[in-house]
Amino acid sequence: MNAIAHQFKDQATRVTSDLRHRELIQTALGKYSIKRDEKIALFKDWQGARQKASEIKWNAVNHLDEYLVEFTSKLEARGTIVHWASTAGHAREIITGIVKAKNASSVIKSKSMTSEEIHLNDALEKEGVEVVESDLGEFIVQLRHEAPYHIVFPAMHLTRGDISELFTRELKSAPTSSPEELTMIARRVLRQKYVRADVGITGANFAIAETGMISITENEGNARLTAALPKVMITLIGIEKVLPKLEDLALFLPMLATVGAGQAISGYNTLYGGPRQKGEADGPEEFHVVLMDNQRTALLADAEQRDALHCIRCGACLNVCPIYRNVGGHTYGTTYCGPIGAVITPHLRGLKDWKHLSYASSLCGGCTEACPVKINLHHHLLQTRRNSGSKNPVWWQKIAFKLFAPVANGRFLWAMVTRLGRVGQMFHPLVKGTRLDPAYAWTKTREVPKIAPQSFKEWWRQRK
Amino acid sequence: MVETAQMSERENILARIREALVIPAPKSGHKPKAVSQEVEKDYAAFLPAVGTSFEEHQKQFELNAVDLKAGFHLLENASEVGATLAKIGDSEGWKKVASHRGALTLPVCEALGLATLFVDDTYDPDEMEGCDAGITECDALVAQTGSVLVTSRSAGGRALSVLPPHHIVLARRNQMVADLPAAFALLKHKYGTDFPSMISFITGPSRTGDIERILVLGAHGPKKLTILCH
Repeated sequence: MNAIAHQFKDQATRVTSDLRHRELIQTALGKYSIKRDEKIALFKDWQGARQKASEIKWNAVNHLDEYLVEFTSKLEARGTIVHWASTAGHAREIITGIVKAKNASSVIKSKSMTSEEIHLNDALEKEGVEVVESDLGEFIVQLRHEAPYHIVFPAMHLTRGDISELFTRELKSAPTSSPEELTMIARRVLRQKYVRADVGITGANFAIAETGMISITENEGNARLTAALPKVMITLIGIEKVLPKLEDLALFLPMLATVGAGQAISGYNTLYGGPRQKGEADGPEEFHVVLMDNQRTALLADAEQRDALHCIRCGACLNVCPIYRNVGGHTYGTTYCGPIGAVITPHLRGLKDWKHLSYASSLCGGCTEACPVKINLHHHLLQTRRNSGSKNPVWWQKIAFKLFAPVANGRFLWAMVTRLGRVGQMFHPLVKGTRLDPAYAWTKTREVPKIAPQSFKEWWRQRK
Repeated sequence: MVETAQMSERENILARIREALVIPAPKSGHKPKAVSQEVEKDYAAFLPAVGTSFEEHQKQFELNAVDLKAGFHLLENASEVGATLAKIGDSEGWKKVASHRGALTLPVCEALGLATLFVDDTYDPDEMEGCDAGITECDALVAQTGSVLVTSRSAGGRALSVLPPHHIVLARRNQMVADLPAAFALLKHKYGTDFPSMISFITGPSRTGDIERILVLGAHGPKKLTILCH
């Protein structure tokens, strides 16, 4: 097992037994699931909507080159500067380049997982630029120097007490137990940053090919302000985010809000098609869109798992995943956590280092059922296991399966082994749960199932 | 030099995409040979139901507004709009408002008699920050979701509808549309290909649930949203 997998296991063991953490996550996600079900029930045909959404995404992803050409030419026609970046490094260079060329000293950001993926903040700070996250949850985790805990709810793992303590320490505010007061403290601090910021950086939820627009979904209005006040706006977006038609949003916006946050629609859904146009009161003078590949084409090349690029980053699969709910977001050690993270991270960052995530699944299929665009998540996890097994076989596993095969396939050997097992189990209590136990990996946290006193065959014969 | 580097990045990425797409992907969600029924249907066939008459739409919008903690007033004429606005301004102690020069906003702001920052030419964001309300027009009201559709052309730019603490929307009855598909159709019909640089669906006042999933209004944008429709 490699170091990354070891770390995952250690962290998972620690977090699963953290009762306070469990309670926080269960409460937050419990509230979410009630709201989500309420909103799903409002749809005339939710399953039909999922099918339709998956077909639209299939079409978009399987004609990605055409839609990207359409998207960028429409954007450029209205004065937007489009950049293409093959890697995370290229994307960072492009963005820091723009910021430096403008002599900018401060940047305000709205929530963007893609920028987390390329560690943009670190790169900008290294250049001496102040970067402030404006989404409340992101602002909180930024103050804690942490990665977001969840792709939609970044600060889900913190109580108001934790946040009050953090604000008292970092912002010198008075302690309070009111979420409203805490929000207002952040609002006051960030308002000042908005008015001063030279550059605004956003992510995007969708790229509309037909009209050349990016679409941003949010609740706080922070992305709206990020796109309104600074003189320069930069949007970083993965190449897979395209939707063919403007009206496709009529389906995707309510679906994203429903499974993402249990809302009928999010507070602000905003399309941007260029910098400030003639006759408009405000808006940036320059608008840059950075389209990033960063291994997405590697995932695209895997036809079997290509539909993982349909993902709209709603977080629905995380919210229902029994593993995510127990090990928590930070344990994954990835930008994208939960089932979707376990599927795409081996493509984005290497199968060898990240294959262990595909075993962090009970294969219950809850993720596949929750996915609004019908990504076949739990089957992909199985495929990843298969791929890693055939590409990087483990010697002792190979031997173990070689030995196991004749036992499982032969009537005679099987009967003998189960009989021996029954005898062995009689003595098991002597060592159960201790280091001497051959089944320790299992028994340290679980009961062992008892081998039945007789096999079906024996029972059948007796019955006759 | 930079030009050519960028061009080649574009060509590189497009080439990788084309190479990847040589192998076709199975369609997700159904058996390979089955024909999906859903492809042919309009989006409205899946989305939450809305009625057909103005009364039904107005009722649906109002229900959504209550749920979202937004104010919705259906009024008879422009003078009632002015009176309602004056009442809201009095109760909140407004001293200065921000607005844009529109057919609905201009007369109402003049009648209000408060100091008014008009954004149409240029304005100072600090000054707008100090205003008690932002008064704008809109492109449509969406009954299905309780959303207000604004653009940078119809509603005084980008900041006016998010920076001041109270966003007042002035709308006409004929601006009510049934659902999101109708709203997008309206946008295409109204602007053709010459879209404003920003188009925004505003649904309720600014909100966050980032602290223990507890709803707080006025995270960054307005704490209050009031729609006056006549």
